[in-house]
Amino acid sequence: MKNWFKSGAPWIWLTGGAVTLSVVMVVGLLGLIAVRGFSHFWPADVAIIEINEPETGATSRLMGEIVRTEGMTAAAAREAGNTVPEDRELVKRYLIKQGNRDQFGTDFVWRFEFGMSEFEYTEGVYVIERREWGNFYGFPTAIEIDGETQQTLADNPEDFHEAVQSAVDTSVEYHHRIRNIERGEIGRINNEIESLRLQERQFQLDGLEGEALEQATAALDVRRAELEAEYLELRNELDALYEDMHRNTLRMQMVDGAEVPIHFADIVSITMPNDMNALQKWGEYFHRVWVFLTAEPREANTEGGIFPAIFGTITMVFVMSILVTPFGVLAAIYLREYAKQGPITKMVRISVYNLAGVPSIVFGVFGLGFFIYFLGGNIDRIFYEAALPSPTFGTPGLFWASLTLALLTLPVVIVSTEEGLARIPSTIRQGSLALGATKSETLWRVVVPLATPGMMTGLILAIARAAGEVAPLMLVGVVKLAPTLPIDGEFPFIHLERKIMHLGFHIFDVGFQSPNVEAARPLVYATALTLVALIIILNISAISIRNHLREKYRSDSD
Amino acid sequence: MTESVASATGKPNESRLPSSELRAKRRRVRMFKDKVSKVGITSAGYGVVFSLALIFIYLFYEVMPILKGADVEQQASFELPVAAEQGNLEHLIMERYQEMGVAFTDQGQITFFDAFSGAVEHSESISDITDAHVSSFAHGENLGGLVGFGLDNGEVLFAKPDYELNFPNDQREITPSVAYPYGNSSVVLDPQGAAIELLTVQESTRGRAQAMAVGYTADQRFVAARVSTRENLFTGQLTSQVSRFELPGIPGTPKSMIIDKSFRNLFVADTDGHIHYIDLSSPNAARWVESVNVTNDDITAMEFLVGSVSVIVGTSEGELSQWFLVRDEDNNYSLERIRDFDQHAGAITSISAEYTRKGFVATDATGGVGLHYGTSSRTLFLDQIAENTLPHVAMSPVDKAIFTLGSDGLVTNYSVWNEHPQLSFKALWNKVWYEGRAEPQYVWQSSSASDEFESKFSLIPLSIGTLKAAFFAMLFAMPLGIMAAIYTAYFMTPKLRGVVKPTIEIMEALPTVILGFLAGLWLAPFMESNLPAVFTTLIGLPIMMLLMAFAWKSLPENLRNRVPAGWEAALLVPIVLLFGTFAVVASPYMEVLFFDGSMRQWLTDNGITYDQRNALVVGVAMGFAVIPTIYSIAEDAVFNVPKHLTQGSLALGATPWQTMMGVVLPTASPGIFSALMIGFGRAVGETMIVLMATGNSPIVNFNIFEGMRTLSANIAVELPETAVGSSHFRILFLAALVLFTFTFILNTIAEVVRQRLRARYSSL
Repeated sequence: MKNWFKSGAPWIWLTGGAVTLSVVMVVGLLGLIAVRGFSHFWPADVAIIEINEPETGATSRLMGEIVRTEGMTAAAAREAGNTVPEDRELVKRYLIKQGNRDQFGTDFVWRFEFGMSEFEYTEGVYVIERREWGNFYGFPTAIEIDGETQQTLADNPEDFHEAVQSAVDTSVEYHHRIRNIERGEIGRINNEIESLRLQERQFQLDGLEGEALEQATAALDVRRAELEAEYLELRNELDALYEDMHRNTLRMQMVDGAEVPIHFADIVSITMPNDMNALQKWGEYFHRVWVFLTAEPREANTEGGIFPAIFGTITMVFVMSILVTPFGVLAAIYLREYAKQGPITKMVRISVYNLAGVPSIVFGVFGLGFFIYFLGGNIDRIFYEAALPSPTFGTPGLFWASLTLALLTLPVVIVSTEEGLARIPSTIRQGSLALGATKSETLWRVVVPLATPGMMTGLILAIARAAGEVAPLMLVGVVKLAPTLPIDGEFPFIHLERKIMHLGFHIFDVGFQSPNVEAARPLVYATALTLVALIIILNISAISIRNHLREKYRSDSD
Repeated sequence: MTESVASATGKPNESRLPSSELRAKRRRVRMFKDKVSKVGITSAGYGVVFSLALIFIYLFYEVMPILKGADVEQQASFELPVAAEQGNLEHLIMERYQEMGVAFTDQGQITFFDAFSGAVEHSESISDITDAHVSSFAHGENLGGLVGFGLDNGEVLFAKPDYELNFPNDQREITPSVAYPYGNSSVVLDPQGAAIELLTVQESTRGRAQAMAVGYTADQRFVAARVSTRENLFTGQLTSQVSRFELPGIPGTPKSMIIDKSFRNLFVADTDGHIHYIDLSSPNAARWVESVNVTNDDITAMEFLVGSVSVIVGTSEGELSQWFLVRDEDNNYSLERIRDFDQHAGAITSISAEYTRKGFVATDATGGVGLHYGTSSRTLFLDQIAENTLPHVAMSPVDKAIFTLGSDGLVTNYSVWNEHPQLSFKALWNKVWYEGRAEPQYVWQSSSASDEFESKFSLIPLSIGTLKAAFFAMLFAMPLGIMAAIYTAYFMTPKLRGVVKPTIEIMEALPTVILGFLAGLWLAPFMESNLPAVFTTLIGLPIMMLLMAFAWKSLPENLRNRVPAGWEAALLVPIVLLFGTFAVVASPYMEVLFFDGSMRQWLTDNGITYDQRNALVVGVAMGFAVIPTIYSIAEDAVFNVPKHLTQGSLALGATPWQTMMGVVLPTASPGIFSALMIGFGRAVGETMIVLMATGNSPIVNFNIFEGMRTLSANIAVELPETAVGSSHFRILFLAALVLFTFTFILNTIAEVVRQRLRARYSSL
């Protein structure tokens, strides 16, 4: 035994345990995110539970999805102010999503197991996803138009369900049309009116006075009147649409027997999970994944999709790549090929490498102070004087976020490119020079093409880092809800001054700033899963490019 | 060269080469391109290096103004536009836009004059209102602007300068007037009608308008009156209500007095250097509490700082000190000397407090002016700027100008630059005695809704928080990271290593926002409800691993040989999983058995505060983020130890572990050291995890069950909300600079160590 310890074998096991633990944690973490993220989309069955209140003896009924269960000690439960039967030491409780927030006040409730009946999964339950107030759970009774009953469930269930679905489809279509008018056409009119205002202001700033000013503005006034007339027309159309939309209602019966009318206008979709078979559920599952990835968020980001966040992240990273690649590559070429390899270059190189380890928030502070307040403020003063005092570039936005991240990821690109350059055997370089090529020809025609995979690796790593970075972005341009996408059909198509949404910030915001944490939680897991998947894919491709590259040059230089 | 090419084509006579001119031209173009490329790349290289250096330069540039003192520059000088028969000047103030000054005289004349020319803008006298003569004068807090005239019939008249703002043609136009907020007639202060010799007035800003006046009468009694007004909503008529009190006397002859805004505390200075504190909290039973000796000389000036908590006292020797009431354990208040400021050359003649900060300006009898600041106990400017004594000084409401009145009757307008008086090395890093606190403390509390708020900018809580978070993270990550690195690099079979290493390394790229979110929303509640499981795992898991090792050793040889060496880690996977599950399942039973059902409650009962989001959670989550960094670098260092060293050791009969400890580790230790440095640097600067997994409360302790606020999280929380260029803004830049410098130094050390190690390996 003593010898065994002396030989050190147990300690080897212990170090091995450290590896095991690390790997288990890594896999466990990814697994946790994956399981929780993927399960967000599953159309869970809706249970009906009868509960005998231990204190009052009254019976209440509850309908909802079982979100999760949790065991706790009776003491902890009592401490939290619950009545727990004397003889129990451990209790189990269920988190039930009962929905109907407008009716009950809360859509998530914790219930202890005692007094609970068996869960019943009755068929015919509607799960209504609404535009406001979250989900609604209940049984449909009738369709009404202008307050008059049109069709009831009792008449013919098959027909009824079909009628409901087609009514939902119609209302969703109406909703799209309204959105198109509001966002698209009215948005365009507003933009043009705003640009007219700016033009007028510019005339004043240019020192036009009296008659000259009047002449100049007369044309603007004509255009403005036209736009206003156009707006009125659209407004009327909208009013008509709204009125049409709000005529149809669906009468729903809640689990406690109360009836609630729901406007079809408020319904996003209706599913009947208890009536679905596995195939239908999977169909619904993928439909929800698709909606999640392509729809816009609703209800303070706690419902709906994350499309603007994905789009914002990608746009930002794209602009960043355009900024960082040339500078990173040129700097690396300079350091490796042109700079005199002395102590100063060495110092510069170490400093540049070290910047990769500087906390990202520091870059955010720099970006806010220097880029936004200093550079942006000056740009506004020189080019956007008419719009002042409302800032154009003197406020956080896409361009500054990208520029800050470009600075942040510059060391990554430089390091990778330098590595790529260093791996090119000097014989290749000398061969080119010996054939009479100038240094720049050698560089651009021979060395750089060979080093491209190194640059690619650097760029991909930079993108992966930028996509996951949040702290600096909170300061320089990412917001919780951006009204418009940074790229659209308006000239100049890519709007560098707009604020954007970002996956990482979305996670922070929805998880921590949202008023309804329980409702937001699955969505955060799903968002996290999207981000992790994106980053792991990027990293794995970077690693495989690097490995491929190493192999290639190993054989080349042999 | 060219000839041989030509001959190779087989047509020696007809050269296909371009003409020599063309060739020369092409050569020039090529050379030019070469130059352009060189210049382009060099300038891009310089540009990048410069822009990275710019980060440091810019942060420093934003921080610099903190260190600067104050500047005072004369703008204008003119005769005080008050005629001799209008009385002597009692009080001088400046208007919000620094365009106008107001002079109050002991005859009741109120004169508004231009701040640059001295031209009279408006003048009126209270003799229009009352026939009585003015026997004393007092002003309330500068911000409210209330003044009171004590009259020789025992009455008091409240007045206030009032400004009407108009913007005809986008030009600011100020029309001054005098308002009488407590009615257009004087209020009886002394029912017996004795002349008011000394007076103090103050206005309360909480709730409805209320004013309090305390007077000292010619027949040596203290009388007080509280006035409140109510405006009739329909007629706009003011009705005022007055309650009067008689106050106890003091052992001494009063010279001046001031009352605070809560109407609870009255401070009376007497003629032999004492301040008497009279408690007015129940005005009908007001009591004299104590006298404190301020100086053996004379008290020549006494003023409240904004908020009327701190009293600044100036003496005939030029000393300036700050005092406020401090509460002891028995809830008794006593007046304490908090700090002293740089001494003036002559007797202090006048003090004027800043309107929204805890600073003040003081003038002395030798013509000196001093700008001082309470919280940071800084004297920002102290110089003799006039030839003769300066009996009056007025601070601008926005702290950017002062008026002085010399004994020669000249008013001088100085512009002042004094942006960051509240910051000093002492205020940032030492304990500071803040208003209302029982003792000097380290506090970070940067902002509040009120103007009178004293900003508390101690960087100690944030630095301690940063180190605390980094410490617990390293406590978790260091053993795991290094041990895992050692095993992977030295004992693990290459096949497994090829899978394990990238798996752990990919975690480095995992966004910290995800770790933070899991730590805050999943790990923190999980740990709270499964506390015993956490500790069982911490203690039990290593023991279980050793037991497994022992069990493995005791297995028969042929069974053991089925799994070659280097697969221990894989064998341990079921152990880790089983034991982890066991710990979680057993956790509630342990709580019932040992901790009366709830370990959290048990901790609280034993005097240990438990926050759900605490250092333990941060330690695990941030440790998780740091492990890959440490692991990756340390693994490289161990793996690259030249093989002939280890082979030699093994050949001499050392066991693998002995070789590890005796040969490999000493050789690789610089690499492991630099791994730790870089890991620590990362832990120090990490933002999102601490932001999400701690309560972000700036507390100063190392309790593992409480949260913290780190420098980086503090920047993320506060920077978007500060005013650009304010002291708070600059201090956040300072925090960023501190982080930057600290991590940069750590990384540089690590990098240098690593490079040396690489050199050593190649020489071995």
